[in-house]
Amino acid sequence: MTALAALIRRDVSVALRVGGGALIGVLFFLTVVVLMPFAVGPDLALLKKLGPAILWLGALLASLLTLDRLFTADHDDGSLDLIVMSRTPLELACAAKALAHWLAAGLPLVAATPVLGLLLNLDGTATGAVALTLLAGTPALTFTGMIGAALAVVLRRGGLLLSVLVLPLSIPVLIFGVAASNAALSGPSPFGTPFSILCALSLASLVIGPFAAAASLRHGLD
Amino acid sequence: MTLGPYASFIVMSYVAVATVVAALVTWVIADYRRQKARLRDLEAAGAVRRSGRSAAEVK
Amino acid sequence: MTLIDLANPSRFLSLAGRILPWLVAVTVLVLAIGLYQSATAPDDYQQGATVKIMFIHVPNAWLSMFVWSVMSVAALGTLVWRHPLADVAAKTAAPIGAAFTFLALLTGSLWGRPMWGTYWEWDARLTSVLILFLMYLGLMALWRAVEDPSRAARAAAVLTLVGAINIPIIKFSVDWWNTLHQPASVIRMGGTTLDRAFLIPLLVMAVGFTLLFLTLHIAAMRNEILRRRVRTLQMLQASKSAA
Repeated sequence: MTALAALIRRDVSVALRVGGGALIGVLFFLTVVVLMPFAVGPDLALLKKLGPAILWLGALLASLLTLDRLFTADHDDGSLDLIVMSRTPLELACAAKALAHWLAAGLPLVAATPVLGLLLNLDGTATGAVALTLLAGTPALTFTGMIGAALAVVLRRGGLLLSVLVLPLSIPVLIFGVAASNAALSGPSPFGTPFSILCALSLASLVIGPFAAAASLRHGLD
Repeated sequence: MTLGPYASFIVMSYVAVATVVAALVTWVIADYRRQKARLRDLEAAGAVRRSGRSAAEVK
Repeated sequence: MTLIDLANPSRFLSLAGRILPWLVAVTVLVLAIGLYQSATAPDDYQQGATVKIMFIHVPNAWLSMFVWSVMSVAALGTLVWRHPLADVAAKTAAPIGAAFTFLALLTGSLWGRPMWGTYWEWDARLTSVLILFLMYLGLMALWRAVEDPSRAARAAAVLTLVGAINIPIIKFSVDWWNTLHQPASVIRMGGTTLDRAFLIPLLVMAVGFTLLFLTLHIAAMRNEILRRRVRTLQMLQASKSAA
């Protein structure tokens, strides 16, 4: 257990350190959201309607871009080989790394949501709903994205290939995240239904992600 | 057989399927010929399989 | 002959050479019967003659999912049993599956134009198939991105299995999303209400297209084995001339 705690502590401090790049994700999120009014026009009513979708897309892209570094940095300095060889089960180590990544890169996105909600003319309830769905949904993005990150380090290809492989898998999270936010805002359906399914998706990815990532690391590294 | 007012859509979809299937069949056959030719060339150039059997022979 | 005998590529090649002519003959025969039956099938009282598109649309849609299951079994073969032919089977199934998925989309869209008045409707089924098509293309991109075939095979196997788990989830999500955004206004052909006059040609066509896939797949696997033989010989020769 201490090994996993040490891994999480190390990953979080590395990510938040100079050159870690976790906070650039938040900056990217901010920039994407600020770009939107330039594309659709500064119509506050329209922005309010599109708000949850814009925030969710921004968070999706931001978490995807930061995931690129999840395993590559460790692979470059050799610590990934140590993690693979250690006595800690690789699945648990992968889960710990993803958790650390979510703490460093996912949580700041959730924290930034209220500020961005102001820019998009969302009221308190709507901002709260989007932040809550992001809190429940971003773990799913991190844990499914981890599979792509593991494949990227095994294949020594990142960037576009990673995005192409991971984005279709994140469609369910996007659907239920935006649906739950919209339900809180105006929608015909109650908030509870899509939100519970979103939580279920997160829990399922918590199981599938580490196993798939560990499998691709174990079979792929040589 | 009358195809009604939307005959062009029906014909177009059958033609599309026929075209793609024909393309797949052509690709498979052309690929087979290409690999066989390359194996024959390699054998003519003196390449020997580790088992010592003929490279171009499929059986 | 058991599955393990097929692990020897040479034995697979000889078996494929013996089977393929028969498979081609049966495929052509079944497809010909299916085409004749769908040509003589009556018009639907609601959709008119456009129902004929169904006879090629549904088999392609069925194959788009069937091919992914074939790839999933092959992926298990790669990861669990390390069966040497599983890599070959998975790699060659991907482009064929992508082609059938593309045809399902195209015929669905051509069927949709007279029925819905538009080529593309964000209908739950079409959308799911579109996502499936994107996943096929991603898988093909992965195969193409890596030089070493066995390394690519293991990565593709993980992705195929993750996709196999995710496809039902995506299907469910898209259905839910679709009912949220539009009431069921499109004309649907329910499976159970299908008349025998349509069902029999449809089944024959489905069997014919499945046979077509098997034929193409075995032939493509044979090509892939030969391609790997070429690669090995070239590397042997290169190392010989270097020594």
